[in-house]
Amino acid sequence: MKGIIGKKIGMTSIFDPTGKQTACTIIEAGPCVVTQVKTKESDGYNALQLSFGEKKEKRATKAEKNHFAKAQTAPKKFSKEFRDSSLEKNIGETVTVDIFEEGDKVEVVGTTKGKGFQGVVKRHGFSGVGEQSHGQHDRQRAPGSLGNSSDASRVMKGMRMAGRDGGDRVKLKGLKVVKIFADKNYILVSGSVPGHIGSIVLIQK
Amino acid sequence: MSAVAYVHEQLTGKKEFPRFKAGDNVTVNYKIIEGSKERIQSFKGDVIKKQGTGATASFTVRKISDGIGVERVFPFYSPNVESVVLNKTGHVRRAKLFYQRKRSGKSARIREKRMAVATAAK
Repeated sequence: MKGIIGKKIGMTSIFDPTGKQTACTIIEAGPCVVTQVKTKESDGYNALQLSFGEKKEKRATKAEKNHFAKAQTAPKKFSKEFRDSSLEKNIGETVTVDIFEEGDKVEVVGTTKGKGFQGVVKRHGFSGVGEQSHGQHDRQRAPGSLGNSSDASRVMKGMRMAGRDGGDRVKLKGLKVVKIFADKNYILVSGSVPGHIGSIVLIQK
Repeated sequence: MSAVAYVHEQLTGKKEFPRFKAGDNVTVNYKIIEGSKERIQSFKGDVIKKQGTGATASFTVRKISDGIGVERVFPFYSPNVESVVLNKTGHVRRAKLFYQRKRSGKSARIREKRMAVATAAK
Protein backbone atom coordinates (compact mmCIF):
# COMPACT_ATOMS: atom_id res chain seq x y z
CA MET A 1 0.00 0.00 0.00
CA LYS A 2 1.08 3.54 -0.62
CA GLY A 3 -0.65 6.70 0.39
CA ILE A 4 -0.52 10.42 0.99
CA ILE A 5 -2.26 12.93 3.23
CA GLY A 6 -4.24 15.71 1.60
CA LYS A 7 -6.71 18.52 2.12
CA LYS A 8 -10.07 18.71 0.38
CA ILE A 9 -10.20 21.88 -1.71
CA GLY A 10 -13.49 21.74 -3.59
CA MET A 11 -15.21 20.22 -6.56
CA THR A 12 -15.25 20.77 -10.29
CA SER A 13 -15.84 18.72 -13.39
CA ILE A 14 -13.68 17.60 -16.25
CA PHE A 15 -14.37 16.50 -19.82
CA ASP A 16 -12.80 13.53 -21.52
CA PRO A 17 -12.03 13.79 -25.27
CA THR A 18 -15.40 12.28 -26.19
CA GLY A 19 -17.21 14.98 -24.23
CA LYS A 20 -18.20 12.93 -21.19
CA GLN A 21 -18.31 15.12 -18.13
CA THR A 22 -17.05 13.70 -14.84
CA ALA A 23 -17.52 15.37 -11.49
CA CYS A 24 -14.31 15.37 -9.51
CA THR A 25 -12.90 16.58 -6.23
CA ILE A 26 -9.77 18.68 -5.99
CA ILE A 27 -7.42 17.54 -3.22
CA GLU A 28 -4.23 19.30 -2.26
CA ALA A 29 -2.09 16.28 -1.43
CA GLY A 30 1.28 16.57 0.18
CA PRO A 31 4.12 17.16 0.06
CA CYS A 32 4.36 14.94 3.11
CA VAL A 33 7.48 14.29 5.11
CA VAL A 34 8.40 10.82 6.29
CA THR A 35 8.75 11.39 10.03
CA GLN A 36 9.13 7.83 11.21
CA VAL A 37 9.86 4.47 9.67
CA LYS A 38 8.47 1.61 11.72
CA THR A 39 9.86 -1.85 11.17
CA LYS A 40 8.92 -5.32 12.23
CA GLU A 41 12.07 -5.62 14.32
CA SER A 42 11.71 -2.44 16.33
CA ASP A 43 7.94 -1.86 16.42
CA GLY A 44 6.34 -5.20 15.62
CA TYR A 45 4.93 -4.04 12.29
CA ASN A 46 6.01 -2.20 9.17
CA ALA A 47 4.69 1.29 8.58
CA LEU A 48 5.58 4.69 7.25
CA GLN A 49 4.57 7.73 9.25
CA LEU A 50 3.82 10.72 7.03
CA SER A 51 3.27 14.27 8.25
CA PHE A 52 1.48 17.07 6.47
CA GLY A 53 0.56 20.72 7.01
CA GLU A 54 2.44 23.54 8.65
CA LYS A 55 2.18 24.09 12.37
CA LYS A 56 3.31 27.19 14.19
CA GLU A 57 6.53 26.63 16.07
CA LYS A 58 5.08 28.01 19.31
CA ARG A 59 2.05 25.73 19.13
CA ALA A 60 4.16 22.59 19.03
CA THR A 61 4.94 20.75 22.22
CA LYS A 62 8.50 19.82 23.12
CA ALA A 63 7.79 16.19 22.33
CA GLU A 64 6.52 17.12 18.88
CA LYS A 65 9.48 19.39 18.20
CA ASN A 66 11.94 16.66 19.02
CA HIS A 67 10.02 14.05 17.07
CA PHE A 68 10.01 16.20 13.94
CA ALA A 69 13.61 17.26 14.51
CA LYS A 70 14.61 13.65 13.90
CA ALA A 71 13.30 14.05 10.36
CA GLN A 72 14.91 17.49 10.15
CA THR A 73 11.62 19.25 9.52
CA ALA A 74 9.43 21.86 11.18
CA PRO A 75 6.48 20.66 13.27
CA LYS A 76 3.59 19.44 11.18
CA LYS A 77 -0.13 19.51 11.82
CA PHE A 78 -1.14 15.98 10.91
CA SER A 79 0.68 12.69 11.14
CA LYS A 80 -0.64 9.41 9.86
CA GLU A 81 0.78 5.94 9.56
CA PHE A 82 0.51 3.91 6.40
CA ARG A 83 0.88 0.20 7.20
CA ASP A 84 3.07 -1.97 5.00
CA SER A 85 3.95 0.90 2.72
CA SER A 86 5.24 -0.05 -0.70
CA LEU A 87 7.18 3.21 -0.85
CA GLU A 88 10.89 2.81 -0.16
CA LYS A 89 11.49 6.01 1.76
CA ASN A 90 13.83 6.96 4.55
CA ILE A 91 13.13 9.32 7.40
CA GLY A 92 13.17 12.97 6.31
CA GLU A 93 12.31 12.27 2.67
CA THR A 94 9.22 13.74 1.08
CA VAL A 95 6.26 12.05 -0.56
CA THR A 96 4.43 13.94 -3.29
CA VAL A 97 1.52 13.33 -5.63
CA ASP A 98 3.99 11.75 -8.05
CA ILE A 99 3.37 8.40 -6.37
CA PHE A 100 0.06 8.28 -8.26
CA GLU A 101 -0.60 8.33 -11.97
CA GLU A 102 -3.60 9.52 -13.91
CA GLY A 103 -6.02 6.65 -14.29
CA ASP A 104 -5.09 4.92 -11.02
CA LYS A 105 -7.85 3.46 -8.87
CA VAL A 106 -7.45 4.82 -5.35
CA GLU A 107 -9.16 4.73 -1.98
CA VAL A 108 -9.99 7.96 -0.23
CA VAL A 109 -10.52 8.09 3.53
CA GLY A 110 -12.20 11.04 5.16
CA THR A 111 -14.48 12.12 7.97
CA THR A 112 -18.04 12.87 6.91
CA LYS A 113 -19.72 16.14 7.72
CA GLY A 114 -21.30 16.19 11.17
CA LYS A 115 -25.10 16.29 10.98
CA GLY A 116 -25.87 16.67 14.68
CA PHE A 117 -28.74 14.82 16.37
CA GLN A 118 -30.87 13.36 13.62
CA GLY A 119 -34.01 11.24 13.42
CA VAL A 120 -34.18 7.75 12.01
CA VAL A 121 -35.37 8.84 8.57
CA LYS A 122 -32.20 10.78 7.85
CA ARG A 123 -29.84 8.70 9.99
CA HIS A 124 -30.86 5.19 8.98
CA GLY A 125 -33.01 5.71 5.91
CA PHE A 126 -36.29 4.65 7.55
CA SER A 127 -39.33 5.49 5.46
CA GLY A 128 -41.38 6.93 8.29
CA VAL A 129 -44.84 5.89 9.39
CA GLY A 130 -48.09 6.10 7.48
CA GLU A 131 -49.34 8.65 5.07
CA GLN A 132 -49.84 12.37 5.07
CA SER A 133 -53.62 12.23 4.86
CA HIS A 134 -56.48 9.78 5.64
CA GLY A 135 -56.72 10.74 9.29
CA GLN A 136 -53.07 10.14 10.11
CA HIS A 137 -51.62 11.99 13.02
CA ASP A 138 -48.23 13.72 13.07
CA ARG A 139 -46.05 10.57 12.89
CA GLN A 140 -44.59 10.94 9.40
CA ARG A 141 -40.97 10.60 10.48
CA ALA A 142 -41.40 8.38 13.54
CA PRO A 143 -39.44 5.11 13.85
CA GLY A 144 -42.51 2.92 14.49
CA SER A 145 -42.35 -0.15 16.70
CA LEU A 146 -39.10 -0.95 18.49
CA GLY A 147 -39.77 -4.67 18.78
CA ASN A 148 -41.93 -7.41 20.28
CA SER A 149 -44.22 -7.31 23.29
CA SER A 150 -44.05 -9.71 26.27
CA ASP A 151 -41.79 -12.25 24.58
CA ALA A 152 -38.57 -10.43 25.04
CA SER A 153 -39.96 -7.56 27.07
CA ARG A 154 -36.98 -5.53 26.07
CA VAL A 155 -35.57 -3.68 23.12
CA MET A 156 -33.02 -5.69 21.17
CA LYS A 157 -29.45 -4.52 21.19
CA GLY A 158 -28.39 -2.54 18.17
CA MET A 159 -31.92 -1.24 17.48
CA ARG A 160 -31.47 1.70 15.17
CA MET A 161 -32.73 4.90 16.72
CA ALA A 162 -32.25 8.64 16.51
CA GLY A 163 -28.91 10.10 17.55
CA ARG A 164 -25.73 11.76 16.47
CA ASP A 165 -25.26 11.48 12.74
CA GLY A 166 -22.25 12.13 10.57
CA GLY A 167 -18.68 12.68 11.62
CA ASP A 168 -17.75 9.09 10.77
CA ARG A 169 -14.57 7.88 9.21
CA VAL A 170 -15.50 6.66 5.76
CA LYS A 171 -13.40 4.97 3.11
CA LEU A 172 -14.42 5.26 -0.52
CA LYS A 173 -12.98 2.64 -2.81
CA GLY A 174 -12.46 2.65 -6.51
CA LEU A 175 -12.18 6.38 -7.13
CA LYS A 176 -10.21 7.23 -10.22
CA VAL A 177 -7.34 9.69 -10.37
CA VAL A 178 -8.57 11.97 -13.14
CA LYS A 179 -5.79 14.52 -13.24
CA ILE A 180 -2.67 15.54 -11.38
CA PHE A 181 -1.14 19.01 -11.19
CA ALA A 182 2.24 18.02 -9.83
CA ASP A 183 3.65 21.55 -9.60
CA LYS A 184 0.78 22.63 -7.33
CA ASN A 185 0.36 19.27 -5.57
CA TYR A 186 -3.26 19.04 -6.69
CA ILE A 187 -4.85 15.73 -7.44
CA LEU A 188 -8.32 15.37 -8.95
CA VAL A 189 -10.26 12.22 -8.08
CA SER A 190 -13.57 11.23 -9.62
CA GLY A 191 -16.74 11.81 -7.65
CA SER A 192 -17.21 13.27 -4.21
CA VAL A 193 -15.13 12.74 -1.11
CA PRO A 194 -16.35 12.69 2.52
CA GLY A 195 -15.94 15.77 4.66
CA HIS A 196 -16.18 19.50 4.41
CA ILE A 197 -13.85 21.73 2.42
CA GLY A 198 -10.50 21.97 4.18
CA SER A 199 -10.85 18.62 5.89
CA ILE A 200 -8.06 16.09 5.91
CA VAL A 201 -8.32 13.09 3.62
CA LEU A 202 -6.04 10.17 2.97
CA ILE A 203 -5.49 8.96 -0.57
CA GLN A 204 -4.14 5.46 -0.79
CA LYS A 205 -3.72 2.71 -3.28
CA MET B 1 -5.47 32.75 -6.93
CA SER B 2 -7.63 30.20 -5.23
CA ALA B 3 -6.99 26.54 -5.87
CA VAL B 4 -10.33 26.01 -7.59
CA ALA B 5 -9.71 29.00 -9.84
CA TYR B 6 -6.29 27.65 -10.76
CA VAL B 7 -7.67 24.24 -11.68
CA HIS B 8 -10.46 25.84 -13.71
CA GLU B 9 -7.95 27.93 -15.59
CA GLN B 10 -5.91 24.84 -16.41
CA LEU B 11 -8.96 22.88 -17.50
CA THR B 12 -10.71 25.51 -19.59
CA GLY B 13 -7.74 26.23 -21.82
CA LYS B 14 -7.94 28.59 -24.73
CA LYS B 15 -11.53 28.39 -25.86
CA GLU B 16 -12.95 31.65 -27.23
CA PHE B 17 -16.61 32.59 -27.26
CA PRO B 18 -18.41 35.72 -28.36
CA ARG B 19 -19.75 37.66 -25.41
CA PHE B 20 -23.40 36.75 -25.15
CA LYS B 21 -25.98 36.72 -22.38
CA ALA B 22 -29.54 35.67 -21.75
CA GLY B 23 -31.89 36.94 -24.45
CA ASP B 24 -29.34 36.73 -27.23
CA ASN B 25 -29.93 34.62 -30.30
CA VAL B 26 -27.06 32.23 -30.92
CA THR B 27 -26.13 29.34 -33.16
CA VAL B 28 -24.26 26.56 -31.39
CA ASN B 29 -22.23 24.26 -33.61
CA TYR B 30 -21.64 20.98 -31.87
CA LYS B 31 -20.12 17.69 -32.79
CA ILE B 32 -22.19 14.58 -33.27
CA ILE B 33 -20.62 11.15 -33.42
CA GLU B 34 -22.50 8.64 -35.54
CA GLY B 35 -20.71 5.34 -35.37
CA SER B 36 -17.24 6.19 -36.52
CA LYS B 37 -18.24 9.34 -38.36
CA GLU B 38 -18.22 12.77 -36.86
CA ARG B 39 -20.17 15.75 -38.10
CA ILE B 40 -21.21 19.21 -36.99
CA GLN B 41 -24.81 20.03 -36.22
CA SER B 42 -26.10 23.45 -35.33
CA PHE B 43 -28.73 24.51 -32.86
CA LYS B 44 -30.14 27.99 -33.23
CA GLY B 45 -32.19 29.65 -30.54
CA ASP B 46 -32.39 32.11 -27.70
CA VAL B 47 -30.15 31.84 -24.66
CA ILE B 48 -32.42 31.65 -21.63
CA LYS B 49 -29.80 30.95 -18.99
CA LYS B 50 -26.10 31.07 -18.30
CA GLN B 51 -24.93 29.32 -15.16
CA GLY B 52 -21.86 28.07 -13.33
CA THR B 53 -18.29 29.25 -13.30
CA GLY B 54 -15.02 28.04 -14.72
CA ALA B 55 -14.91 24.56 -16.14
CA THR B 56 -18.48 23.77 -15.04
CA ALA B 57 -20.16 26.74 -16.74
CA SER B 58 -23.00 26.03 -19.14
CA PHE B 59 -25.78 27.80 -21.00
CA THR B 60 -29.26 26.81 -22.11
CA VAL B 61 -30.60 27.56 -25.59
CA ARG B 62 -34.31 27.42 -26.35
CA LYS B 63 -35.93 27.26 -29.73
CA ILE B 64 -39.35 26.47 -31.12
CA SER B 65 -39.12 23.49 -33.40
CA ASP B 66 -42.31 22.59 -35.31
CA GLY B 67 -44.35 24.38 -32.68
CA ILE B 68 -42.71 22.52 -29.82
CA GLY B 69 -40.30 24.24 -27.47
CA VAL B 70 -36.90 22.54 -27.37
CA GLU B 71 -34.16 23.38 -24.87
CA ARG B 72 -30.59 22.20 -24.86
CA VAL B 73 -27.91 22.71 -22.26
CA PHE B 74 -24.40 23.23 -23.60
CA PRO B 75 -21.37 23.16 -21.31
CA PHE B 76 -19.01 25.91 -22.43
CA TYR B 77 -15.91 23.78 -22.20
CA SER B 78 -17.22 20.53 -23.61
CA PRO B 79 -15.01 19.37 -26.48
CA ASN B 80 -18.22 18.71 -28.40
CA VAL B 81 -19.18 22.38 -28.49
CA GLU B 82 -17.33 23.46 -31.60
CA SER B 83 -18.27 27.13 -31.75
CA VAL B 84 -20.93 29.62 -30.79
CA VAL B 85 -22.09 32.32 -33.20
CA LEU B 86 -23.90 35.37 -31.90
CA ASN B 87 -26.74 36.28 -34.25
CA LYS B 88 -28.73 38.90 -32.41
CA THR B 89 -28.48 40.74 -29.12
CA GLY B 90 -31.77 40.72 -27.26
CA HIS B 91 -33.26 43.41 -25.07
CA VAL B 92 -34.30 41.67 -21.87
CA ARG B 93 -34.53 42.72 -18.26
CA ARG B 94 -33.48 39.58 -16.45
CA ALA B 95 -30.70 37.03 -16.42
CA LYS B 96 -32.89 33.93 -16.51
CA LEU B 97 -35.70 33.91 -19.05
CA PHE B 98 -37.73 31.00 -17.72
CA TYR B 99 -40.90 32.97 -18.39
CA GLN B 100 -40.33 32.14 -22.03
CA ARG B 101 -41.51 28.59 -21.35
CA LYS B 102 -45.04 29.80 -20.75
CA ARG B 103 -45.09 31.93 -23.86
CA SER B 104 -45.58 31.13 -27.49
CA GLY B 105 -45.99 32.97 -30.76
CA LYS B 106 -45.85 36.72 -30.68
CA SER B 107 -45.36 37.10 -26.94
CA ALA B 108 -42.31 34.83 -27.02
CA ARG B 109 -40.41 37.23 -29.24
CA ILE B 110 -37.41 38.96 -27.77
CA ARG B 111 -36.88 42.55 -28.80
CA GLU B 112 -33.58 43.17 -30.49
CA LYS B 113 -31.20 45.55 -28.80
CA ARG B 114 -30.27 48.37 -31.12
CA MET B 115 -26.87 49.73 -30.34
CA ALA B 116 -26.08 53.42 -30.84
CA VAL B 117 -22.71 52.36 -32.17
CA ALA B 118 -22.66 49.09 -34.04
CA THR B 119 -20.33 47.20 -31.72
CA ALA B 120 -22.22 43.93 -31.63
CA ALA B 121 -20.27 41.07 -33.14
CA LYS B 122 -21.85 40.10 -36.41
